[in-house]
Amino acid sequence: MEAGKSSAAIIPTPSTEDFRIALRDTSPILLGIVPFGITCGVMGLTAGLTPLETIMMSIMVFAGASQFVAISMLGAGITSWSVIVFTTLLVNLRHLLMGASLAPYMSQLPKPLQALLAFVLTDESYAITISRTHNGHYSGAYQLGASVLLYTTWAVSTAVGAYLGSYFPDPLAWGLDFAMPATFMVLLIPRLMEDRIQQIVCAIAAVLAVAGALLLPGKWYIIIACLAASAVGAYLEGGKGGAQ
Amino acid sequence: MRSDIFWLILGMTAVTYMTRISSLGLIRFMPPWMEKWLKYVPTSVLTILIVPALLLPQGRLDISLQNHYLLAGLVAALVAYKTRNVTATLGLGMAVMFSLRWLSI
Repeated sequence: MEAGKSSAAIIPTPSTEDFRIALRDTSPILLGIVPFGITCGVMGLTAGLTPLETIMMSIMVFAGASQFVAISMLGAGITSWSVIVFTTLLVNLRHLLMGASLAPYMSQLPKPLQALLAFVLTDESYAITISRTHNGHYSGAYQLGASVLLYTTWAVSTAVGAYLGSYFPDPLAWGLDFAMPATFMVLLIPRLMEDRIQQIVCAIAAVLAVAGALLLPGKWYIIIACLAASAVGAYLEGGKGGAQ
Repeated sequence: MRSDIFWLILGMTAVTYMTRISSLGLIRFMPPWMEKWLKYVPTSVLTILIVPALLLPQGRLDISLQNHYLLAGLVAALVAYKTRNVTATLGLGMAVMFSLRWLSI
Protein backbone atom coordinates (compact mmCIF):
# COMPACT_ATOMS: atom_id res chain seq x y z
CA MET A 1 0.00 0.00 0.00
CA GLU A 2 2.87 2.39 0.88
CA ALA A 3 4.14 2.03 -2.64
CA GLY A 4 0.92 3.53 -4.05
CA LYS A 5 0.25 7.23 -4.46
CA SER A 6 -0.91 8.30 -1.00
CA SER A 7 -2.28 11.57 -2.39
CA ALA A 8 -4.72 9.76 -4.68
CA ALA A 9 -7.42 9.75 -2.03
CA ILE A 10 -10.06 10.53 -4.66
CA ILE A 11 -10.12 6.85 -5.50
CA PRO A 12 -11.70 4.97 -2.61
CA THR A 13 -10.42 1.50 -1.86
CA PRO A 14 -12.30 -1.20 -3.75
CA SER A 15 -15.35 -2.02 -1.69
CA THR A 16 -17.79 -4.88 -1.73
CA GLU A 17 -20.53 -2.25 -1.45
CA ASP A 18 -19.59 -0.72 -4.82
CA PHE A 19 -19.42 -4.20 -6.30
CA ARG A 20 -22.89 -4.99 -4.99
CA ILE A 21 -24.41 -1.72 -6.27
CA ALA A 22 -22.88 -2.45 -9.67
CA LEU A 23 -24.64 -5.83 -9.78
CA ARG A 24 -27.92 -4.08 -9.03
CA ASP A 25 -27.37 -1.33 -11.63
CA THR A 26 -26.33 -3.81 -14.33
CA SER A 27 -29.05 -6.41 -13.87
CA PRO A 28 -31.76 -4.68 -16.00
CA ILE A 29 -29.50 -4.84 -19.06
CA LEU A 30 -29.09 -8.61 -18.68
CA LEU A 31 -32.62 -8.97 -20.01
CA GLY A 32 -31.25 -7.77 -23.33
CA ILE A 33 -27.91 -9.63 -23.12
CA VAL A 34 -29.38 -13.11 -22.61
CA PRO A 35 -31.29 -13.37 -25.92
CA PHE A 36 -28.20 -12.12 -27.77
CA GLY A 37 -25.99 -14.67 -26.01
CA ILE A 38 -28.42 -17.46 -26.84
CA THR A 39 -28.58 -16.28 -30.46
CA CYS A 40 -24.78 -16.22 -30.57
CA GLY A 41 -24.68 -19.85 -29.38
CA VAL A 42 -27.29 -20.91 -31.94
CA MET A 43 -25.52 -19.05 -34.75
CA GLY A 44 -22.25 -20.75 -33.89
CA LEU A 45 -23.85 -24.15 -34.43
CA THR A 46 -25.52 -23.01 -37.64
CA ALA A 47 -22.15 -21.80 -38.94
CA GLY A 48 -20.60 -25.21 -38.26
CA LEU A 49 -18.76 -24.47 -35.00
CA THR A 50 -18.91 -26.97 -32.15
CA PRO A 51 -20.54 -25.84 -28.88
CA LEU A 52 -17.08 -25.77 -27.25
CA GLU A 53 -15.66 -23.54 -30.00
CA THR A 54 -18.62 -21.17 -29.79
CA ILE A 55 -18.40 -20.92 -26.00
CA MET A 56 -14.62 -20.50 -26.18
CA MET A 57 -15.11 -17.51 -28.46
CA SER A 58 -17.48 -15.88 -25.95
CA ILE A 59 -15.10 -16.54 -23.07
CA MET A 60 -11.99 -15.26 -24.84
CA VAL A 61 -13.16 -12.53 -27.21
CA PHE A 62 -16.19 -11.34 -25.20
CA ALA A 63 -17.32 -8.82 -27.81
CA GLY A 64 -20.78 -9.64 -29.08
CA ALA A 65 -20.89 -7.61 -32.29
CA SER A 66 -17.55 -8.90 -33.57
CA GLN A 67 -18.46 -12.47 -32.65
CA PHE A 68 -21.65 -12.20 -34.71
CA VAL A 69 -19.65 -10.85 -37.63
CA ALA A 70 -16.97 -13.55 -37.35
CA ILE A 71 -19.52 -16.35 -37.03
CA SER A 72 -21.49 -15.00 -40.01
CA MET A 73 -18.30 -14.93 -42.07
CA LEU A 74 -17.46 -18.51 -41.11
CA GLY A 75 -21.03 -19.50 -41.96
CA ALA A 76 -20.65 -17.83 -45.36
CA GLY A 77 -17.52 -19.84 -46.06
CA ILE A 78 -14.99 -17.07 -45.37
CA THR A 79 -12.30 -18.88 -43.41
CA SER A 80 -9.33 -16.57 -43.94
CA TRP A 81 -7.66 -15.88 -40.57
CA SER A 82 -6.44 -12.42 -41.51
CA VAL A 83 -9.79 -11.26 -42.95
CA ILE A 84 -11.77 -12.31 -39.87
CA VAL A 85 -9.19 -11.04 -37.37
CA PHE A 86 -8.85 -7.70 -39.17
CA THR A 87 -12.64 -7.30 -39.32
CA THR A 88 -12.77 -8.04 -35.58
CA LEU A 89 -10.21 -5.30 -35.01
CA LEU A 90 -12.27 -2.80 -37.00
CA VAL A 91 -15.53 -3.70 -35.27
CA ASN A 92 -13.89 -3.31 -31.84
CA LEU A 93 -11.92 -0.12 -32.49
CA ARG A 94 -14.65 1.81 -30.69
CA HIS A 95 -13.26 0.42 -27.41
CA LEU A 96 -10.32 2.80 -27.88
CA LEU A 97 -12.66 5.74 -27.29
CA MET A 98 -14.34 4.20 -24.27
CA GLY A 99 -10.96 3.15 -22.86
CA ALA A 100 -9.68 6.70 -23.30
CA SER A 101 -12.75 8.04 -21.52
CA LEU A 102 -12.16 5.76 -18.51
CA ALA A 103 -8.35 5.86 -18.62
CA PRO A 104 -7.88 8.85 -16.27
CA TYR A 105 -9.68 6.87 -13.54
CA MET A 106 -8.54 3.35 -14.38
CA SER A 107 -4.88 4.38 -14.53
CA GLN A 108 -5.00 4.98 -10.75
CA LEU A 109 -5.80 1.32 -10.11
CA PRO A 110 -3.25 -1.47 -9.56
CA LYS A 111 -1.85 -2.73 -12.89
CA PRO A 112 -3.29 -6.28 -12.70
CA LEU A 113 -6.78 -4.88 -12.03
CA GLN A 114 -6.37 -2.48 -14.97
CA ALA A 115 -5.42 -5.41 -17.19
CA LEU A 116 -8.43 -7.42 -16.01
CA LEU A 117 -10.92 -4.55 -16.34
CA ALA A 118 -9.62 -3.84 -19.85
CA PHE A 119 -10.20 -7.47 -20.83
CA VAL A 120 -13.88 -7.22 -19.88
CA LEU A 121 -14.54 -3.69 -21.18
CA THR A 122 -17.72 -3.52 -23.26
CA ASP A 123 -20.21 -0.88 -24.43
CA GLU A 124 -22.48 -1.82 -21.54
CA SER A 125 -19.90 -1.84 -18.74
CA TYR A 126 -18.53 1.44 -20.07
CA ALA A 127 -21.93 3.14 -20.12
CA ILE A 128 -22.82 1.98 -16.62
CA THR A 129 -19.43 2.76 -15.10
CA ILE A 130 -19.05 6.23 -16.62
CA SER A 131 -22.57 7.17 -15.48
CA ARG A 132 -21.76 6.07 -11.95
CA THR A 133 -18.54 8.06 -12.12
CA HIS A 134 -20.47 11.11 -13.24
CA ASN A 135 -23.15 10.85 -10.55
CA GLY A 136 -20.90 9.79 -7.69
CA HIS A 137 -17.35 8.63 -7.94
CA TYR A 138 -15.31 6.23 -10.01
CA SER A 139 -14.75 2.86 -8.38
CA GLY A 140 -12.72 -0.06 -9.69
CA ALA A 141 -14.92 -2.40 -7.64
CA TYR A 142 -18.00 -0.98 -9.31
CA GLN A 143 -16.57 -1.44 -12.80
CA LEU A 144 -15.47 -4.96 -11.83
CA GLY A 145 -18.96 -5.80 -10.56
CA ALA A 146 -20.66 -4.58 -13.73
CA SER A 147 -18.10 -6.31 -15.96
CA VAL A 148 -18.10 -9.66 -14.14
CA LEU A 149 -21.90 -9.86 -14.24
CA LEU A 150 -21.99 -9.03 -17.96
CA TYR A 151 -19.14 -11.47 -18.69
CA THR A 152 -20.73 -14.35 -16.79
CA THR A 153 -24.13 -13.72 -18.36
CA TRP A 154 -22.63 -13.60 -21.86
CA ALA A 155 -20.68 -16.85 -21.36
CA VAL A 156 -23.59 -18.74 -19.76
CA SER A 157 -26.18 -17.58 -22.29
CA THR A 158 -23.87 -18.50 -25.18
CA ALA A 159 -23.54 -21.96 -23.64
CA VAL A 160 -27.32 -22.22 -23.26
CA GLY A 161 -27.73 -21.29 -26.93
CA ALA A 162 -25.02 -23.69 -28.06
CA TYR A 163 -26.40 -26.68 -26.15
CA LEU A 164 -30.14 -25.99 -26.02
CA GLY A 165 -30.41 -23.85 -29.14
CA SER A 166 -33.09 -25.94 -30.76
CA TYR A 167 -35.51 -25.21 -27.90
CA PHE A 168 -35.50 -21.49 -28.63
CA PRO A 169 -37.33 -20.69 -31.89
CA ASP A 170 -35.95 -17.13 -32.06
CA PRO A 171 -34.82 -15.51 -28.82
CA LEU A 172 -34.67 -12.08 -30.44
CA ALA A 173 -38.28 -12.15 -31.69
CA TRP A 174 -39.67 -10.93 -28.36
CA GLY A 175 -37.99 -7.54 -28.47
CA LEU A 176 -36.02 -8.17 -25.27
CA ASP A 177 -33.05 -6.37 -26.81
CA PHE A 178 -35.04 -3.21 -26.09
CA ALA A 179 -33.70 -3.48 -22.51
CA MET A 180 -30.38 -1.95 -23.53
CA PRO A 181 -31.57 1.32 -25.10
CA ALA A 182 -34.29 1.69 -22.42
CA THR A 183 -31.76 1.40 -19.58
CA PHE A 184 -29.31 3.73 -21.29
CA MET A 185 -32.01 6.40 -21.58
CA VAL A 186 -32.10 6.69 -17.81
CA LEU A 187 -28.34 7.25 -17.93
CA LEU A 188 -28.47 9.73 -20.82
CA ILE A 189 -31.41 12.00 -20.01
CA PRO A 190 -30.07 13.51 -16.75
CA ARG A 191 -26.88 14.44 -18.65
CA LEU A 192 -28.93 16.38 -21.18
CA MET A 193 -30.51 18.45 -18.41
CA GLU A 194 -27.09 19.73 -17.37
CA ASP A 195 -26.40 22.21 -20.10
CA ARG A 196 -27.02 23.22 -23.67
CA ILE A 197 -23.76 21.77 -24.99
CA GLN A 198 -24.70 18.24 -23.87
CA GLN A 199 -27.99 18.61 -25.80
CA ILE A 200 -26.21 19.76 -28.94
CA VAL A 201 -23.71 16.90 -28.64
CA CYS A 202 -26.61 14.46 -28.26
CA ALA A 203 -28.43 15.86 -31.31
CA ILE A 204 -25.32 15.72 -33.49
CA ALA A 205 -24.45 12.22 -32.28
CA ALA A 206 -28.02 11.06 -33.04
CA VAL A 207 -28.03 12.42 -36.60
CA LEU A 208 -24.52 11.15 -37.39
CA ALA A 209 -25.22 7.74 -35.84
CA VAL A 210 -28.32 7.23 -37.99
CA ALA A 211 -26.62 8.50 -41.14
CA GLY A 212 -23.52 6.44 -40.35
CA ALA A 213 -25.49 3.28 -39.58
CA LEU A 214 -27.20 3.65 -42.97
CA LEU A 215 -24.11 4.49 -45.01
CA LEU A 216 -21.06 2.99 -43.32
CA PRO A 217 -20.14 -0.69 -42.94
CA GLY A 218 -20.02 -2.43 -39.56
CA LYS A 219 -19.61 -0.36 -36.43
CA TRP A 220 -17.83 2.58 -38.03
CA TYR A 221 -20.82 4.77 -37.29
CA ILE A 222 -20.04 4.55 -33.56
CA ILE A 223 -16.47 5.74 -34.02
CA ILE A 224 -17.19 8.51 -36.53
CA ALA A 225 -20.28 9.87 -34.75
CA CYS A 226 -18.54 9.77 -31.36
CA LEU A 227 -15.40 11.53 -32.59
CA ALA A 228 -17.35 14.25 -34.37
CA ALA A 229 -20.02 14.91 -31.73
CA SER A 230 -17.48 15.01 -28.87
CA ALA A 231 -15.26 17.35 -30.87
CA VAL A 232 -18.16 19.75 -31.39
CA GLY A 233 -18.81 19.65 -27.64
CA ALA A 234 -15.19 20.46 -26.86
CA TYR A 235 -15.19 23.24 -29.47
CA LEU A 236 -18.39 24.83 -28.08
CA GLU A 237 -17.04 24.66 -24.55
CA GLY A 238 -13.83 26.32 -25.66
CA GLY A 239 -15.78 29.00 -27.54
CA LYS A 240 -18.01 29.64 -24.56
CA GLY A 241 -14.97 30.22 -22.35
CA GLY A 242 -13.58 32.75 -24.83
CA ALA A 243 -16.83 34.66 -25.32
CA GLN A 244 -17.71 35.20 -21.70
CA MET B 1 -11.40 -28.08 -30.89
CA ARG B 2 -9.99 -27.68 -34.39
CA SER B 3 -6.63 -25.93 -34.36
CA ASP B 4 -7.54 -23.45 -37.12
CA ILE B 5 -10.59 -22.32 -35.13
CA PHE B 6 -8.45 -22.09 -32.00
CA TRP B 7 -5.92 -19.81 -33.72
CA LEU B 8 -8.73 -17.75 -35.16
CA ILE B 9 -10.26 -17.22 -31.70
CA LEU B 10 -6.82 -16.42 -30.30
CA GLY B 11 -6.24 -13.80 -33.01
CA MET B 12 -9.66 -12.25 -32.38
CA THR B 13 -8.91 -12.20 -28.65
CA ALA B 14 -5.55 -10.49 -29.18
CA VAL B 15 -6.80 -7.67 -31.43
CA THR B 16 -9.87 -7.11 -29.26
CA TYR B 17 -7.74 -6.87 -26.13
CA MET B 18 -5.48 -4.44 -27.93
CA THR B 19 -8.42 -2.09 -28.56
CA ARG B 20 -9.38 -2.33 -24.89
CA ILE B 21 -5.97 -1.82 -23.26
CA SER B 22 -4.22 0.63 -25.63
CA SER B 23 -5.85 3.77 -24.25
CA LEU B 24 -4.68 2.90 -20.75
CA GLY B 25 -1.09 2.72 -21.94
CA LEU B 26 -1.38 5.95 -23.90
CA ILE B 27 -2.98 8.02 -21.13
CA ARG B 28 0.39 9.50 -20.07
CA PHE B 29 0.86 10.97 -23.52
CA MET B 30 -2.61 12.46 -23.74
CA PRO B 31 -2.53 16.18 -24.58
CA PRO B 32 -4.54 18.48 -22.24
CA TRP B 33 -7.09 19.45 -24.92
CA MET B 34 -8.19 15.85 -25.10
CA GLU B 35 -9.69 16.08 -21.60
CA LYS B 36 -12.28 18.55 -22.82
CA TRP B 37 -13.03 16.29 -25.76
CA LEU B 38 -13.34 13.19 -23.57
CA LYS B 39 -15.87 15.00 -21.39
CA TYR B 40 -18.43 14.63 -24.19
CA VAL B 41 -17.67 11.01 -25.09
CA PRO B 42 -20.20 9.51 -22.60
CA THR B 43 -23.13 11.56 -23.96
CA SER B 44 -22.09 10.73 -27.52
CA VAL B 45 -21.69 7.00 -26.85
CA LEU B 46 -25.01 6.69 -24.99
CA THR B 47 -26.83 8.53 -27.80
CA ILE B 48 -25.13 6.41 -30.45
CA LEU B 49 -26.09 3.18 -28.67
CA ILE B 50 -29.71 4.26 -28.16
CA VAL B 51 -30.83 6.07 -31.32
CA PRO B 52 -29.97 3.52 -34.06
CA ALA B 53 -31.39 0.74 -31.83
CA LEU B 54 -34.74 2.53 -31.93
CA LEU B 55 -34.77 4.00 -35.45
CA LEU B 56 -33.07 1.13 -37.30
CA PRO B 57 -34.02 -2.03 -35.39
CA GLN B 58 -33.79 -4.14 -38.57
CA GLY B 59 -30.83 -2.27 -40.00
CA ARG B 60 -32.88 0.13 -42.14
CA LEU B 61 -34.51 3.40 -41.15
CA ASP B 62 -38.05 2.71 -39.92
CA ILE B 63 -40.07 5.71 -38.76
CA SER B 64 -43.53 4.18 -38.68
CA LEU B 65 -46.13 2.82 -36.26
CA GLN B 66 -44.93 -0.67 -37.17
CA ASN B 67 -41.62 0.08 -35.46
CA HIS B 68 -42.24 -1.22 -31.94
CA TYR B 69 -38.77 -0.17 -30.79
CA LEU B 70 -39.50 3.44 -31.69
CA LEU B 71 -42.93 3.52 -29.98
CA ALA B 72 -41.70 1.75 -26.84
CA GLY B 73 -38.61 3.98 -26.95
CA LEU B 74 -40.72 7.17 -26.91
CA VAL B 75 -42.64 5.88 -23.89
CA ALA B 76 -39.39 4.88 -22.17
CA ALA B 77 -37.85 8.31 -22.88
CA LEU B 78 -40.83 10.05 -21.30
CA VAL B 79 -40.73 7.77 -18.23
CA ALA B 80 -36.95 8.19 -17.93
CA TYR B 81 -37.36 11.95 -18.09
CA LYS B 82 -40.14 12.02 -15.45
CA THR B 83 -38.83 9.39 -13.02
CA ARG B 84 -35.08 8.93 -13.66
CA ASN B 85 -35.79 5.38 -12.55
CA VAL B 86 -34.53 2.29 -14.40
CA THR B 87 -37.18 -0.10 -13.08
CA ALA B 88 -40.06 2.18 -14.07
CA THR B 89 -38.52 2.99 -17.46
CA LEU B 90 -37.70 -0.60 -18.32
CA GLY B 91 -41.00 -1.91 -16.90
CA LEU B 92 -43.24 0.47 -18.84
CA GLY B 93 -41.09 0.35 -21.97
CA MET B 94 -41.14 -3.46 -22.00
CA ALA B 95 -44.88 -3.50 -21.26
CA VAL B 96 -45.44 -1.34 -24.37
CA MET B 97 -43.09 -3.54 -26.40
CA PHE B 98 -44.84 -6.77 -25.39
CA SER B 99 -48.32 -5.29 -25.88
CA LEU B 100 -47.45 -4.15 -29.39
CA ARG B 101 -46.02 -7.58 -30.25
CA TRP B 102 -49.05 -9.29 -28.76
CA LEU B 103 -51.62 -7.12 -30.54
CA SER B 104 -50.19 -6.72 -33.98
CA ILE B 105 -48.77 -10.10 -34.97
